[in-house]
Amino acid sequence: MHINNLKGYLYPIAGIVVLLFAWHFYVIEFDVPVVVLPTPGQVLEELVSRRAILLSEGWVTLKECVYGFALAFVVGVPLAVALATSRLLNQMFYPILIAMQSVPKIALAPIVLVWLGIGIESKLAIVWMVAFFPIVVDTAAGLRTTPREFIDLAQSLQATRFQLFIKIQFPAALPFVVSGSKVAITLAVIGAVIAEFVGSSAGLGNLLLVANSQLNTPLAFAALFALAALGIALYGAVVLAEHLLKPWLPADTGHNLSLD
Amino acid sequence: MFGVIDKVGKVYQSSGKKTPMVAIEEVSCTIGNGEFMAFLGPSGCGKTTLLRIVAGLVSKTSGSVQIDGREVTGPRRDFGFVFQSLNLLPWRSVLDNVLFPMEILGQRDAAAVSRAQELLATVGLDGFVRSRPHELSGGMQQRVALCRALIHKPSLLLMDEPFGALDELTRMEMHDLLLAIRAATKTTILFVTHSVSEAIYLSDQVLVFSKRPARIVAELAIDLPYPRQADLRYTKEFTQLERRAGEALGILKCTSTT
Repeated sequence: MHINNLKGYLYPIAGIVVLLFAWHFYVIEFDVPVVVLPTPGQVLEELVSRRAILLSEGWVTLKECVYGFALAFVVGVPLAVALATSRLLNQMFYPILIAMQSVPKIALAPIVLVWLGIGIESKLAIVWMVAFFPIVVDTAAGLRTTPREFIDLAQSLQATRFQLFIKIQFPAALPFVVSGSKVAITLAVIGAVIAEFVGSSAGLGNLLLVANSQLNTPLAFAALFALAALGIALYGAVVLAEHLLKPWLPADTGHNLSLD
Repeated sequence: MFGVIDKVGKVYQSSGKKTPMVAIEEVSCTIGNGEFMAFLGPSGCGKTTLLRIVAGLVSKTSGSVQIDGREVTGPRRDFGFVFQSLNLLPWRSVLDNVLFPMEILGQRDAAAVSRAQELLATVGLDGFVRSRPHELSGGMQQRVALCRALIHKPSLLLMDEPFGALDELTRMEMHDLLLAIRAATKTTILFVTHSVSEAIYLSDQVLVFSKRPARIVAELAIDLPYPRQADLRYTKEFTQLERRAGEALGILKCTSTT
């Protein structure tokens, strides 16, 4: 088992090393100018020497992602509950929700910027918009696909609607909430960067734009790597939450910590 | 009489089709207090529907069902139900699954917990109280489901092909376990099955049903002595009863083409 675990880490690391070498030798061999593509070493240098600004800008982007995601979760889950428990609300709003889900919400970013300015409010709104839909739609789907035999069990005991919801429907839907959250957190990072691209004075997306305009490609790459790390860390946090929740989740979810 | 099923019929009126589908055709029978009665019939014949009507989970089109002197109009809290599928709640431990009915009835207290532990001990699962359902085998899961159906001391236990998903050996173990529990609790049991030997081994009375629409084609009184043990399955009396049930089902003629 230990050997397998080791192999499980070793092979991906080997893959990364191979890619980094290929990148490095491509740049050296074809004499690619640093403005077009820096070597991995130059990017690493930049990551180390500019770590203060990367951390402070990363902190801004992290806050946008986390707050926006939290807002989406806090609004999305109760809304999904309302949709799943009220036939009227469901008939009125579920089709609209599905229709809105297919709107490219990123396209609304410039409009949101006009409404809310270039501060964190517009970032939160855009992150909220992209993260909100997967959470609502997945949670509502989970609540409406409660296995028939669980409902039978509750009904055979004359459970009240409230008991049915609290003790059967909601726990049965938790894996769906988790999978919706995984999609949402990934989209949240994209949303934050796009929002910063459209108009901002801080954040890794902003740093990337600034570095690009100064033709400082190593810094742009450093910002890109920081963004990737941020995205992986946030996704990892959701997976971790899933593991902490595991005693309440059905057995067929969250078997391992793989980032799939 | 503990239970009276009187001319119960069930017709499904599906909107798409013109002709309504008759699932059950005027079924009448009586169940004595403490009796073990099996509904035996081919798959999909409507016996499960009849059981669900008795349980109050499905509405009937005609007739009446009286249990313990009261007409059944909906699910009742003095009934226990063991379902066909293994429907333990995966997010709950074994003990919490058994206690589920007590929570719904608002009676989860120390006495309920100790009763759940006792029940789990009688079915040999005292070492698995904290386990999650997926850690148990199918047979063990169905034992938990049995404990769950008994926790609130139901006067009538309804079992819908409870051992259908289990392998032969596990099923035979479960039969002896069920007989022992029945002897201890004196609960009246209605048991749906399509296994001839299962019906005879467990029951005092077997109602044999026809193919859809369900009618009673034979009533077999099983006067085999208690306590019943596995060697009973190989006695002449047992095989004679199996033959009679087989004839009533029509499986002794060639009907396998359906």
